[in-house]
Amino acid sequence: MSFLQIQDLVKSYDDTPVLRSVSLDVDQHEVVCLIGASGSGKSTLLRCINSLEEIDGGEVWLDDQLVSGEGTDVDQLRRDVGIVFQSFNLFPHMTVQQNITLAPRKIRGLADRVANDRAAELLQRVGLADKASTYPDQLSGGQQQRVAIVRALAMDPRVLLLDEITSALDPELVAEVLDIVRGLAHDGLTMLLATHEMSFAREVASTVCFLHAGTILEQGPPEQMFGDPQEERTKAFLHSVTAAGRL
Amino acid sequence: MTTLQKPLNRPGQPTQPLGAATRLTGAATLVAVAVLAVVVWTAVQLYLVAPDSGGWRWVLIAIAILGVIGALAPFSPARNAFQSRSAAVRAVADGDGPAIRKYRSRMRNSAWVCLGGCLTVLVLCAFVLFLLANNHAVQRTFFQPAMISRSWFEVTKAFGRNIFIAVVAEIIVLVWGLVLALARLAPGRAGRSIASLATAYIDAFRAVPAIIVIYLVGFGLPLAHFPVLSSLSPTGAAILALSLTYGAYVAEVYRAGIESVHWSQPAAARSLGLSHGLSMRYVVVPQAVRRVIPPLLNDFIGLQKDTALVTVIGTVDGFTQAKIYSSNYFNLSSVTVVAALFVIVTIPQTRFVDRLLARDQRRMSR
Ligand SMILES: Nc1ncnc2c1ncn2[C@@H]1O[C@H](COP(=O)(O)OP(=O)(O)OP(=O)(O)O)[C@@H](O)[C@H]1O
Ligand SMILES: [Mg+2]
Repeated sequence: MSFLQIQDLVKSYDDTPVLRSVSLDVDQHEVVCLIGASGSGKSTLLRCINSLEEIDGGEVWLDDQLVSGEGTDVDQLRRDVGIVFQSFNLFPHMTVQQNITLAPRKIRGLADRVANDRAAELLQRVGLADKASTYPDQLSGGQQQRVAIVRALAMDPRVLLLDEITSALDPELVAEVLDIVRGLAHDGLTMLLATHEMSFAREVASTVCFLHAGTILEQGPPEQMFGDPQEERTKAFLHSVTAAGRL
Repeated sequence: MTTLQKPLNRPGQPTQPLGAATRLTGAATLVAVAVLAVVVWTAVQLYLVAPDSGGWRWVLIAIAILGVIGALAPFSPARNAFQSRSAAVRAVADGDGPAIRKYRSRMRNSAWVCLGGCLTVLVLCAFVLFLLANNHAVQRTFFQPAMISRSWFEVTKAFGRNIFIAVVAEIIVLVWGLVLALARLAPGRAGRSIASLATAYIDAFRAVPAIIVIYLVGFGLPLAHFPVLSSLSPTGAAILALSLTYGAYVAEVYRAGIESVHWSQPAAARSLGLSHGLSMRYVVVPQAVRRVIPPLLNDFIGLQKDTALVTVIGTVDGFTQAKIYSSNYFNLSSVTVVAALFVIVTIPQTRFVDRLLARDQRRMSR
């Protein structure tokens, strides 16, 4: 059985179905990229996986444990499955260090010193060692997003969900954030990422999934998905993306 | 390509004559002269009553002198207006359109500054005249020096009680209001009944006038023979009553603050595995509290003022003490003293919050 398994996931907002029946297997150390038009449900899928949205049907399994439906310990689930948002969502009233150490200190009960050391180490890794005591609004978008990634990593998640983490960034800042993700992929972190950066998806993904009308219409290794897509819809989507200069 | 050319002397709008601005300047100067006359007349009145005012004689004379100096101030912009006019007239002679517009607009601005000054002086002067009216009966009733010097010490001492009640009640309200707000926002199905209870409380205590709550608590609890609560001193009862009422107001302030924090903030906190409580405690409430400081202070000023209502249950506060003087001597000057004390304690708080806000603004520009 796969590490993260999504079975027949169904989700609608009011009466509008967004995810009709999504099934997806993610193995450990795998990087799965979700692509698809705006509104196809990528964010919704990610948010359903760690129960930020309640699902209407189907199941999510993590490491052979059912983590969806009634009675799930969502706080535990979210410690295992971290998420980084398009809009960073750093806490503006806390310094970078406090942002990163809040969850480790309050949930894991780490001592301040231990948590701070760990934060410093992670910040070092993303090239922000000197920003520990700055407030988020004094950072550039790219720096904020790197802090947001570190904040998620500080809980040592087993799976990391990344929701279009570069969409809110100026083009010249995208690379610095993608570099971090590339590094994480290289280190073997299991990741599920929604993205519009096709060339990046092609480079880091082990599997690419094309979402359309609430289902995964087609999936496969990046070479096949980008080089020889089978479905008409996939072709049309990739064609439009190419026309927009994003591939 | 054809361009439509308008005949213009120099760039921009056609110039209008100086007539309107000149008339405005003239009128402003006349008004300034009239105001000066009224002020001088008032100053003479002040000077005449000064000998009857005992210790306040020099204060009255100082006010008279300051008043006349103030009434002279509008003449400065009036002079500027006339200078601008001379410059404008020269510009008209030179046919320099932009210069005409510049000096004409300066002339108009100076004239309006003069008129604004006149209005201010006139309002202040009217207040002084009001005090002097009817053989300065108003001044003697509200600002009698002898009464003020006789009563101020005892009244100020009793006002300490108002401050004590206000400070203790405010501390309680800070906590109680937050408890109510969080109860009102309690999540899930389990929270629903708690939320409706909190809502009912808030609605009730916002509806009932504070003076009635004070009355009910002050006279009702002793009748109820309830342990501890019934043996509360009048001051204790006042604190309890004001806390009950203002807790409801402050709860609404907190709630508005909490709801104004963008939903993505608690979402980010929850996504890290923080529970609802932890996310409130460390992420939402700290941000909400910063935003609610100004409305919170408004409610606190209201609370401070309402400490004067405790007089209905016989707590001897500043107002009660002042009333004792005023009914013994048929003079309200002691009440003016309490009024002034309320002003004195309120103003620094407002300035303090302005500073706090400015500092926060600098640190987090959102
Ligand atoms: N809270 C909500 N209430 C109602 N409808 C919603 C809500 N959130 C999303 N939707 C709808 O669900 C659909 C899928 O949204 P989702 O955000 O998952 O798309 P997406 O693939 O992430 O798009 P994008 O690439 O623009 O981020 C959209 O049609 C959207 O309008
Ligand atoms: Mg999205």
